[in-house]
Amino acid sequence: MHTDASGPAGSLLRAPTVDPGPAPVALPPIAEIDSAFMCLFVEQRDRLYSAALRLTGRPHDAEDLAAEAFLRAYRSLCSFDYERLETLQPRAWLSAILVNVWRNQRRAASRRPAIVSSAAIDAPETVDPKAGVEEQAEGSAEARALGSMLLELPDRQRVAVVLRYIADLPIAEIADVMGCPSGTVKSHISRGLARLRPIAELPNGVERADEGSPR
Amino acid sequence: MIEYEDRLLAGILSQLTEAAPPQLTDRIVARWAYVEGPVEDVYVAFTTVGISSVVPASTVGGAEEFAADFSRRFGKPLLPAARQPEGVARALRSGRATDLRFDLGALTPFERAVLGVTLQIPPGELRPYSWVAGRIDRPRAVRAVGTALGHNPVPVLIPCHRVIRSDGHIGQYGFGQAMKRRLLDAEGVDVDLVEGMVRGGAVYVGDASTQVVCMPTCRRARDAATEDRRPFRRLGDALAGGYRLCPECRPVGR
Repeated sequence: MHTDASGPAGSLLRAPTVDPGPAPVALPPIAEIDSAFMCLFVEQRDRLYSAALRLTGRPHDAEDLAAEAFLRAYRSLCSFDYERLETLQPRAWLSAILVNVWRNQRRAASRRPAIVSSAAIDAPETVDPKAGVEEQAEGSAEARALGSMLLELPDRQRVAVVLRYIADLPIAEIADVMGCPSGTVKSHISRGLARLRPIAELPNGVERADEGSPR
Repeated sequence: MIEYEDRLLAGILSQLTEAAPPQLTDRIVARWAYVEGPVEDVYVAFTTVGISSVVPASTVGGAEEFAADFSRRFGKPLLPAARQPEGVARALRSGRATDLRFDLGALTPFERAVLGVTLQIPPGELRPYSWVAGRIDRPRAVRAVGTALGHNPVPVLIPCHRVIRSDGHIGQYGFGQAMKRRLLDAEGVDVDLVEGMVRGGAVYVGDASTQVVCMPTCRRARDAATEDRRPFRRLGDALAGGYRLCPECRPVGR
């Protein structure tokens, strides 16, 4: 029997059982997802790990956090269609996942006392082959102090500063990640920087009157 | 003015960027290798924790299909391994995988317990589902044991093919009964003999020469000389006849 599914009778008869629903969106084969993901991983792993390190303060926690963020990213990627894949802003997307996972972990751990001592903060020293020995030593001392100071910042200031200067995100994308207006991001950043500035020992940093007083 | 300061601070902050540790890669991917075995060649997927998936090569269309199934099931990309995980080829040949490490983190504690007990069944031996249930102190969970074994992500290595029904029937296998039979045959288990004893009406099998009574799944029952083998429908009959319970298979019943 010939049935015209587009006709009213056909629709009535057939809709409940054989309605195919919306046309399925073609998902890329897993092999393509895997290679796209691995490219993403290789491009972004240093940045994401560094951001994780500056959020958590401990290499071990940073590794856990970065690994969890990448695994979640992979699982999401598996459900993306081509269009979503092509328009993806990988850096902002991964940063958003990282910050979410971090927040969730902190919430889960919030009943435990969070004692952060500067001794626990330092990563096993990694040597930048490009830097001279003296420069390296000086730079890392300053950077180490900044690293521990970052951990003293309130969460939102820390997230904003880490995303801006470690993850290298533009203000607008940080605003998306943090779910607040750009102006708020800027104010988080300048408050955060104001606290970090004494450590950076900028010649005239302390005299800045317009940066707002530390909390 | 803010920009100027941002640049200076940014310069120092940028020193806080570090290379991701090399082990991060293996936290987020699994590796696969093809390993030849005496009965079945297998695809093996493993993480830094241990072996997480084994699939007989004859049951998938190739490495790509295996990888795609794995990624979907485990939520991790699967990359080729530089070399086979240590010990797998040897375990396939010997039928003993007790020294291998497995990554069974995605399973429930019950499933892990079932697989842990099953891993200890030596090659050439059979155990009933009820035996496994008893060994994990869940004697009533026979059906759940069957389900857990049916979902064994690392078959062949964790020998769920050595677990059969208490009545001697070979039972289900994720890759079909034919493969279960082939695996057992290769270990020297005479499946026909076991099934023959059951068809003959035996619920228990006694060895008249040693006066020991066993489950039909027990190696001792199979090893008994044909003329010494005595079928029993009730355990009580064997005991009344002076038989002792086999210490290996520990038969239970009336």
